[in-house]
Amino acid sequence: MTASFHPSMFFFAGALLLWLLPLLGRRILILLVPAAAFAVITQLDPGLSWGYQLLGFDLHLLRVDKLSKVFGYVFTLNAFACFLFALHLKSRYEHCAALAYIGASLGAIFAGDLISLYVFWEIMAVTSTFLVLARQTERAYGAAFRYVMVHIFGGLCLLAGILLQVNATGSVAFEGFSLQGLPTYLILIGFLVNAAAPPLSAWLSDAYPEATVTGGVIMTAYTTKTAVYTLIRGFAGWEILMVVGCSMAIYGIIWAILENDMRRILAYSIMNQVGFMICGIGIGTAMALNGAVAHAFAHIIYKALLWMSAGAVLYLTGKSKCTDLGGLYKTMPLTMIFGTIGALAISSFPFLSGYTTKPMIIEAGVHEGFFWVWMILEIASAGVFLHAGIKFPYFVFFAKDNGLRPGEPPKHMLLAMALLSFVCIFIGVYPQPLYDLLPFGAVEFHAYTFEHTLNQFQLLMFSALAFFLLLPLLKRTETISIDSDWIYRKGGRLFFAVADRCFNGLNSWADRLFVRYLPGQLAKFFEEPGGNVQKYGLKLLDEASGNEADRSECEAKIDRRSRSAGYPVGGGVLLSVLLLAVLSLLFFSVN
Amino acid sequence: MKADKKQPKEWTWFDHPQNIRRLRLGFYIVLVLLVLPDFFIHKHTLFSPIEGVPGFYALFGFIACVAIILISKVLGYVLKRPEDYYDR
Repeated sequence: MTASFHPSMFFFAGALLLWLLPLLGRRILILLVPAAAFAVITQLDPGLSWGYQLLGFDLHLLRVDKLSKVFGYVFTLNAFACFLFALHLKSRYEHCAALAYIGASLGAIFAGDLISLYVFWEIMAVTSTFLVLARQTERAYGAAFRYVMVHIFGGLCLLAGILLQVNATGSVAFEGFSLQGLPTYLILIGFLVNAAAPPLSAWLSDAYPEATVTGGVIMTAYTTKTAVYTLIRGFAGWEILMVVGCSMAIYGIIWAILENDMRRILAYSIMNQVGFMICGIGIGTAMALNGAVAHAFAHIIYKALLWMSAGAVLYLTGKSKCTDLGGLYKTMPLTMIFGTIGALAISSFPFLSGYTTKPMIIEAGVHEGFFWVWMILEIASAGVFLHAGIKFPYFVFFAKDNGLRPGEPPKHMLLAMALLSFVCIFIGVYPQPLYDLLPFGAVEFHAYTFEHTLNQFQLLMFSALAFFLLLPLLKRTETISIDSDWIYRKGGRLFFAVADRCFNGLNSWADRLFVRYLPGQLAKFFEEPGGNVQKYGLKLLDEASGNEADRSECEAKIDRRSRSAGYPVGGGVLLSVLLLAVLSLLFFSVN
Repeated sequence: MKADKKQPKEWTWFDHPQNIRRLRLGFYIVLVLLVLPDFFIHKHTLFSPIEGVPGFYALFGFIACVAIILISKVLGYVLKRPEDYYDR
């Protein structure tokens, strides 16, 4: 069938319908929407549809191929789990923003051209901001403001790039870009901003941890992974992306290790994981791209699972700093188990989903002979286990008991976590169904050779050894770490202070001079212009001759004269004759 | 949909020092068992013969993590700020 349904249509319709329904209806609706969209995606045939005309271009809202479909599957699957997790929410506002956000990201995935992509891109930026605003704290408002500003910057780069690209090539097609030039670089920057590539990466670790419990879970999947999708489609094989990806993988680890807030640790580990994907896109072979897609798929699931376990802790205790948490396994063992499954999956522990996807990227790099890529990604793999695999569960659920006894979260939250844990284990044990979905040819990758599995176990368990031996060095402190948002948070203030000093200084100086001082002086002078000129002349004359004795008497005389206009006529006549003489001299000499 | 108000059941397994000792012992045994097979199988190498050395990945993981921890510790002195840093 059926180009008559567009997957994101359900989400946008749901976002509107939400306002009309009572609580029970809303709960059914938010579960039904992703399920219906998933069902529709399974039935989509490859090709273009939902065409429309704009500015003389033939545009399409729905482009179906294997790449867009696999992202569509995981987006809707994850949406179902996220809404199940968020079932307790009574507010329409948050669900509405979440539905529109997910709908827009599906729209971006299925957009058939650059212009449609741009429209959905901006809707995503705006709607996701509301998920941060819904936290309703002062910090969240600040973070949301910075978040939307960075995304507007990225969106404008993208728009400028698209316009230049359309101007240069006359086509709005969104296919692999081959020409390197200003248009494609601008588009690349626009995509990379959403992928949280440094230096414009701090929006992620700034905004996501300030979002609501459920908003954070939802946001982790869509913005960065939509960017990964667009990079795969547009920039596969651009070597610069290997550098970007490797630096992200390392950057995320180091900042995550410094961090104290559990959700910020997880935010940095998104950066680290997206780094792996972007590196795969940079390698650009079929295997690397398949690896990037598969890893995005697995990552969305285990990352949502991790954020759910952290969200459940935050929901029940109201705390998210590692220094305040600890010992929670005692009363939330199920949450601990689910969180640990997510933590082991992200570390690509064998028999969990990360293990059957991430090594594809690394192996593809090895096939191409990129020694440094292999080296850095292996280091980063060890580092992931360090910061997300052990640090997160250890400091939240074990470590020092801070006396918190919250109990397990509501059943629907546990159910959502159980569902995602099942997917993690399923992909880890039996990855073939996922491999069959991958768009770039058949997968020739076998994760479970004895040697490979053994190597991975060694790498991970000795990373764990390093963690426990160096635990005193990893003691949590009540601090934050400076990230690149320092540039616009402190730099913004510095700019404001400098601008304030310069322009307000200029303003007040001009105010003093032109508003207060000069008009007063001029008014005083023009009260008695003749008298004042005479007095000034007199003063100069007296100062020159050194005779100051009878000046006040003369000044009094001048005052009296000018007040009564009692100047002798002769002086006036003399002056006018002199003036006429000068004028005629000028006139005749010129002619 | 709130959690039960009644006191939830508590698990205290990790509070007992002998359990931690057992866990640690088990962990060390696992570490040894993981490196042992390396001496008996032929390992494929990707870039350099060093990778064939028994326990290469164990050593690699350990050194990488120690390096990451030390580097971030040093960076921490430069980057860490009090929590109200941006509010001042």
